[in-house]
Amino acid sequence: MGMTMTEKILARGAGRESVVPGDLVLAKIDFAMGHDLTIPPAGRIMREQMGAEKIWDPDRVAVTQDHFQPAKDAASATLGRLTREFSHDMGIKWYFEVGQGGICHTVLPEHGLVLPGELVVGADSHSCTYGALNNFATGIGSTDLACVFALGELWFRVPETLKFVYHNRLKEWVEAKDLILYVIGQIGVDGARSKAMEHTGEALRHIDMEARLTMTNMAIEAGAKNGIMEFDEVTKQYLDGRAKRAYTPVTSDPDATYEKVFEFDAEKVELGVAKPMSPDNYAPLSEVAGTRLDQVFIGSCTNSRITDLRRAAAVLDGHKVAPGVRLIITPSSHQVAIQAEKEGLIGIFLASGAAWTTATCGACLGGHMGVLGEGEVCLSTTNRNFPGRMGHPKAMVYLSNPAVAAASAVTGVITHPGEVLKKMPAGIA
Amino acid sequence: MTVAKVVRGRTWKFGANIDTDQIIPAKYAIYSLDEKELGKHAMEGVPGREGWAAQVTPGDILVADSNFGCGSSREIAPIAIRGAGISLVIADSYARIFFRNAINMGYPILQSPQAAEGVSEGDELEVDLEEGIVRNFTKGDEYHCEAFPSFMNELIHMGGLVPWVRKRLEERRQLTGTHS
Repeated sequence: MGMTMTEKILARGAGRESVVPGDLVLAKIDFAMGHDLTIPPAGRIMREQMGAEKIWDPDRVAVTQDHFQPAKDAASATLGRLTREFSHDMGIKWYFEVGQGGICHTVLPEHGLVLPGELVVGADSHSCTYGALNNFATGIGSTDLACVFALGELWFRVPETLKFVYHNRLKEWVEAKDLILYVIGQIGVDGARSKAMEHTGEALRHIDMEARLTMTNMAIEAGAKNGIMEFDEVTKQYLDGRAKRAYTPVTSDPDATYEKVFEFDAEKVELGVAKPMSPDNYAPLSEVAGTRLDQVFIGSCTNSRITDLRRAAAVLDGHKVAPGVRLIITPSSHQVAIQAEKEGLIGIFLASGAAWTTATCGACLGGHMGVLGEGEVCLSTTNRNFPGRMGHPKAMVYLSNPAVAAASAVTGVITHPGEVLKKMPAGIA
Repeated sequence: MTVAKVVRGRTWKFGANIDTDQIIPAKYAIYSLDEKELGKHAMEGVPGREGWAAQVTPGDILVADSNFGCGSSREIAPIAIRGAGISLVIADSYARIFFRNAINMGYPILQSPQAAEGVSEGDELEVDLEEGIVRNFTKGDEYHCEAFPSFMNELIHMGGLVPWVRKRLEERRQLTGTHS
């Protein structure tokens, strides 16, 4: 019987010929990640409770200082220090200091650390992002990470796979973010609970790797265990000169079993948002256009890579942020910031009246640099808008793509980018 | 650490899709290594439940609807609930990382759509963890829980993933003949 990509990767990790959904397997890990909120407990559990002295393979671990770093307060400084000391003590090869890395889910792909066919875990729920690169990647807790550190293996329940087929191409202005928000709106925040989301179809052939990462990033917002995509020329080109190890792509067998197949016509998907207070509260942009805003945030592992910033800059160029609104732009990595500087994007942002910050998770999880107060309304390019996610439980967060966010910052209300910019320049759209 | 076979307590009832930011708002992640402090803020992000943790009597039971613990991977979510004094969580269903984290901690959680539907806040329950049966003394009802795969039960019985890893590390040391 045929297997899906997800099943093949778990079977290989478990050293088995085949697996079926529901199997519990103990599988070898190819790469693991933790950050300043999850490394301190994982390190303590590994050393003090499990009694392990060293990491199974320090060359296959990355650690980022991203969530509450640069330290937002004294307690975060302690977590940063524990993270730094543990990484040093363990000889972790891929340690990214403040000012040199950025958000884990941007840093690992851009450094070629998570590769096709691999089994990747990260102590962060958005670790599912890496699956756009044709691997099995999933979020785990700190005790799980401690287990991986100690043994190099972890238990998994083989998930059922849901297949999402996207026919035709996305229309002008419509981005990968709009597509995934639409899908989550259709299936709900538990629509793929504990399952694999396998994305395929013509629409994906025409979007770049960064857009694909936006889609797999939000698998967890549908409750999925992982999001995964096929290997193609786009994947290969992204990895050429970047991949740190040899890799073997994986494909789903033609006779693989899917629990369910969803088919979408990408051409029919409109610009959209997720309304407060849940990522599945989808609405077409037209329904919420004109909603007054206090803050616009362009940032996060979902939508703050260089292509996202290019589109935001194209919209903002020559415009000013509306009075009464603050626009905060947080690049998702240091490399993204360097590239934005080279291309003159930062000058455009600053001239528009935006606040440009260092690379960090920042406002996305209500950490720092843009936390919302009671009753405030924010349009954000991030991934979650549950109550309290970005600050006060009564703050209202709408999720959108970066061009919509930039246009809305200019007008002060939720706005179609076509009202501010006639056409997205070729090569950026 | 082993888990009691039978747990009795008063219930607190929560709705569907309670995410980890509501269970423990991210700002308290600075207390990642302090279960007591986390416990003081458990469920604080759920609208209308401000100050909830102070009302919990140790041993109380938390009952929730579907997809409990969705959102982030933060292990401080089940830790905060345990820190608040909750002895056991019963839900219609769980988001997978919350589920893993609880099992890995050896923290007893049960899945029972029947109980999630039938229990009201304040009901007195007796839960037989071995049999997977919930008795509601207030309403005189009985609910069944879904069985977990045996490996997960084994982890809960052992006290979580920590003792399991210790055992496995020990086996490896004996195989390679090294000591530490």
